Amino acid sequence: MEKKARQFGYTITRDRQIDYDANKHDISKIVAAAEPSLNLCISCGTCSATCSAALFTDFSLRHVILLLRRGETSGLAKEVAKCMLCGKCQLVCPRNVSTRNLIIQISKAVIPAQL
Amino acid sequence: MPKHVIVIGAGPAGLETSANLAKLGIAVTLVEKEESTGGHVKQWHALFPALLPGTEALDAIRKGMPENVRVQNKTTVTGIEAVNNYFTVSGHNGWQEKADAIVFATGFQLFDARRKEEYGYGIYENVITSADLEEMFATGKSLVNRHGNKPERIGFVHCVGSRDEKVNNLHCSKVCCITAVKQAIEVKQMLPEAEVFCFYMDLRMFGRHYEELYKEAQEKYNIQFIRGRLSESAEDQDGNIVLKVEDTLLGKPLRIKAGLLVLMVGMEPLAGTKSLADKLGLTKVPDGFIQPADEVLQSNFTELPGVFVAGACSGPKSVSDTLADARSAALAVAGFLKL
Repeated sequence: MEKKARQFGYTITRDRQIDYDANKHDISKIVAAAEPSLNLCISCGTCSATCSAALFTDFSLRHVILLLRRGETSGLAKEVAKCMLCGKCQLVCPRNVSTRNLIIQISKAVIPAQL
Repeated sequence: MPKHVIVIGAGPAGLETSANLAKLGIAVTLVEKEESTGGHVKQWHALFPALLPGTEALDAIRKGMPENVRVQNKTTVTGIEAVNNYFTVSGHNGWQEKADAIVFATGFQLFDARRKEEYGYGIYENVITSADLEEMFATGKSLVNRHGNKPERIGFVHCVGSRDEKVNNLHCSKVCCITAVKQAIEVKQMLPEAEVFCFYMDLRMFGRHYEELYKEAQEKYNIQFIRGRLSESAEDQDGNIVLKVEDTLLGKPLRIKAGLLVLMVGMEPLAGTKSLADKLGLTKVPDGFIQPADEVLQSNFTELPGVFVAGACSGPKSVSDTLADARSAALAVAGFLKL
């Protein structure tokens, strides 16, 4: 489709809206069942501020949690792979989210073949 | 026999409750652990949103205090007991009195910022608390950091000791957001050249004229608001404080230096309130704040007849909320005593 459009001198710009209704929400349900503290996140960003991986990559647990909650799960496997599981985020979280287990559970849910 | 009520704590809540009870013809003993009345407001330079001086507020509250209020100062209440249809209250110094009803107006304690060790209070000289800053304002001296320099940049950290389960305080302290905005404006008035940043999770500008003060902070004083919670601070060679936050709205970690860092310390339940409540047999003190019989309909009653609450001992309150709550408590007590 894009190739054909280019032949005619057009490009196709994809819709960048979050299509909440079309998105699949089963992964967030699986993760929430395995680690219920997922639901406690208030997006304060303390985890991302203290994150060692975030200094050199664009990894952000706050962002990952939001993607998960909105059903934007296609890129999650790549995201969670950036985490080194050091656990600093768990020390600073004001809502006591079990962040390390959360990452492990997201990994399990999105890359079942690897674990 | 005229009815007698003991009010515990002579901050704004205790003073206002006592004055209103006395006006209704009730004899009041107002017990205060310190030498003078006024509570935390004694140390507070100015109150939001209109910058009413703390001393002026207290003078107004104390003015015209009826004669049937007796202040029992320098007395820490250590014993409290329900006997038949009256209460016996005793202090550490041997003072003891009976009353037909008691009002808890024990207030709160400020969060000890040293418990958030990663923020550096008590470790780095240029990390202070909102209460320290208020004291600096009260002295009327020019604002300098602990190295004697005018800070070029000042940071305010919201929610220190509030909304933080790592220090066992889930609650919002209500007043710190607007206090940060107020103090940021006062700092800019003293140091117009300085840059001022507020680091917040949510700005809770729920009160009358709070949003207006927030807008004024942006419009008139160019105060910057960054949505991110401080993870840790460090000190550089020059004594500046280096902050690590995530700018959550940009989605990037942010490093920023400040010459002075102000921690907005929240309200905690006063440690002594819980032990007194336990002595009386109050069971609903879930987090150290006394839970009223019903938070909507009976906010000044407790589960025990004759025991009432006024002010911040039942949860964080501003001074204006506290005064309204105190007047309401006085009416609740009068109703109980069938006056």
